[in-house]
Amino acid sequence: MPDKMSTRKINSFQKQKNKQEMQKMVVSFALMIFFTLVAFALVALEIPSTYVIPLLLILAVVQVGFQFFYFMHLKDKGHEVPAQIIYGGIFVTVLVALTFTVITWW
Amino acid sequence: MGMTSAQKSGFGATLWDWLTTVDHKKIGILYLAAGAFFFLLGGLEAVIIRIQLISPENDFISAGLYNEMITMHGTTMIFFAATPLLFGLMNYIMPLQIGARDVAFPFLNSLGFWLFLFGGIMLNISWFTGGAPDAGWTNYAPLSIQSPGHGVDYYVMGLQLSGAGTLMSGINFIVTIVLMRAPGMTYMRMPLFTWTTFVTSILVLFAFPALTVGLFLMMFDRMFGSAFFDAALGGNAVIWQHLFWIFGHPEVYILILPAFGVFSEILPTFAKKRLFGYTAMVFATFLIAFLGFMVWAHHMFTVGLGAVANSIFAVATMAIAVPTGIKIFNWLFTLWGGSIKINSAMLWSLAFIPSFTIGGMTGVMLASSVADYQYHDTYFVVGHFHYVIVGGVVFALLAAMHYWWPKMFGRYLHEGMGQLAFWTFFIGFHLTFFIQHFLGLMGMPRRYWVFLENQGLDTGNWISTLGAFFMTFGVIVFVINMIYTTIKGKKAPGDAWGTGRTLEWATASPPIHFNFKQMPLVRGLDPLWIEKMEGNEKMTPAEPVDEIHMPNGSILPLIMTIGFFIASLGFIYQAGNSYWLIAVYLGMAIGLICMLIRSLKDDHGYHIPKEEVEREDD
Repeated sequence: MPDKMSTRKINSFQKQKNKQEMQKMVVSFALMIFFTLVAFALVALEIPSTYVIPLLLILAVVQVGFQFFYFMHLKDKGHEVPAQIIYGGIFVTVLVALTFTVITWW
Repeated sequence: MGMTSAQKSGFGATLWDWLTTVDHKKIGILYLAAGAFFFLLGGLEAVIIRIQLISPENDFISAGLYNEMITMHGTTMIFFAATPLLFGLMNYIMPLQIGARDVAFPFLNSLGFWLFLFGGIMLNISWFTGGAPDAGWTNYAPLSIQSPGHGVDYYVMGLQLSGAGTLMSGINFIVTIVLMRAPGMTYMRMPLFTWTTFVTSILVLFAFPALTVGLFLMMFDRMFGSAFFDAALGGNAVIWQHLFWIFGHPEVYILILPAFGVFSEILPTFAKKRLFGYTAMVFATFLIAFLGFMVWAHHMFTVGLGAVANSIFAVATMAIAVPTGIKIFNWLFTLWGGSIKINSAMLWSLAFIPSFTIGGMTGVMLASSVADYQYHDTYFVVGHFHYVIVGGVVFALLAAMHYWWPKMFGRYLHEGMGQLAFWTFFIGFHLTFFIQHFLGLMGMPRRYWVFLENQGLDTGNWISTLGAFFMTFGVIVFVINMIYTTIKGKKAPGDAWGTGRTLEWATASPPIHFNFKQMPLVRGLDPLWIEKMEGNEKMTPAEPVDEIHMPNGSILPLIMTIGFFIASLGFIYQAGNSYWLIAVYLGMAIGLICMLIRSLKDDHGYHIPKEEVEREDD
């Protein structure tokens, strides 16, 4: 399989890009850890669950977003097909969760 | 490693070769062989069911055995016959159609096959260990929770094993199609069978996890004392139905979409015309897959989900008729004005169109949630789903066998026997299942062991059983045909039908083990046809002859599977006797050690030297 990374000479443009990519990764990783700490803190502070549960869910969605877009490269070019398939998966999962919530558990 | 076809090897070497193979063609044949075995087994169970129902209050088999029979017939046919037979075809044909030398993950492919086979074996062991599963192929809780003995446990573990195999094969096919298409093979130049393989694999990827989760919950309930489905302890039995059908409804599209793909290959070949409305066909395939995920509750209209939920699912279900209709008309327009050649493959395809349309029509009837209260759990439903699954999937499989047999085995199936099998099976099929719609409308419930005399059901059931004998005869003729062909069938050239359009016909029959000496250059839809129309005898190559990189065979998938098989048996019996935990630990250890070896040992495959590639004539 032809692989862009296998070319021996990585030009300066590529180098610059890799550096930016790494920065983004580190930033999103730090943010994810921060979010996790916030989540634990929220529970530890014993704030009423009416506020905590929606907040935790929002934090979780943002983390999943980081996971998909930064660590699993959904935002990158050449990842369109995996991205479409993952969107499909999200669609199915949301649909199932919605149905269970509405007609089985509500 | 490089096996030259001229060498004859001994029995032991041949057996070892098949047990360790990672060649997509050999795995395809293994899938087909195992699938055919389970198909005959499921067929035998079907005949026993029909003999039991030949006359009122018959006692050919006992009520308990009857329950086991219907459960095993359904489970075997869906999971261990239809699915693997289609996966066998996909395995063999799809890489050839996109111009690849193998699938993306050959090791995973082999593991997928062995997991499926041992899942099937596990399920059928239950016959000999105190009773097969008897809660219906849908295995609804709470019936399945209360089913005594270990039958349902075998169902859970058998399906869990084979489900894992199917899931990895699905992922494998997706990656293969995304990454390994030959130069020039853009998405919109892929043959329809490859397209349906792709969409089916996506369905597998999304649908099977729901089954896996459901089976795990069922396993915990039955073997470890949890209460997910036990209402008395705060569980909810309806969750099983949801999980099962979130998987189960896409599963029927997993079966029917490749069938659509098969017909979309056969009709253009024998009508000598390109497929009418290719783009619309691709679009319709996606639309069916998309809609297929939001209709599962139409199996549960009478559960009491409420009028709003029922209406939403009813409308979504009816919407599926639109893309399916697009496909039906496209096939008809493909035939329109074509130079049609009738043979066995074509007969099955032509018979499919009206048979499946009848199944689709009763499908729309069932989709109406109000009317469904009348049809639910009657023989009307049995008639409906046999029309779509036999009239769609089984017809497709038999058509595909006739169409691709020369490609896979280098010999033509006997045409006379093929047509005899077709006519007897076709007539038998309609005799068996058409009357069942009316039996259902007259009130005959499905899954009942006996029916009473003088309720207007006697003649209908007798006709239905008569039809089953016709179908049996057809299947036996087909089996004889396969054996006869293997011994003295007519040899087939590469382009076996002379009017082949897609890349698989550009290879030898059967193809050399690396498929293509040189990667073909694809210059449009129906690449071989384009070359033939320009007077070229073979594909324009996209690369010079060079050494070819191929994967090494491995025995690890088989050992790994045996490990998980032993562990599964351990899980089933540890509930009663904790000594069986030894089997759990032992089996898991075998499986995990194999995974460790696979992870740590680098296996880069081998190269077939240029000289050897040049020696092969393609």
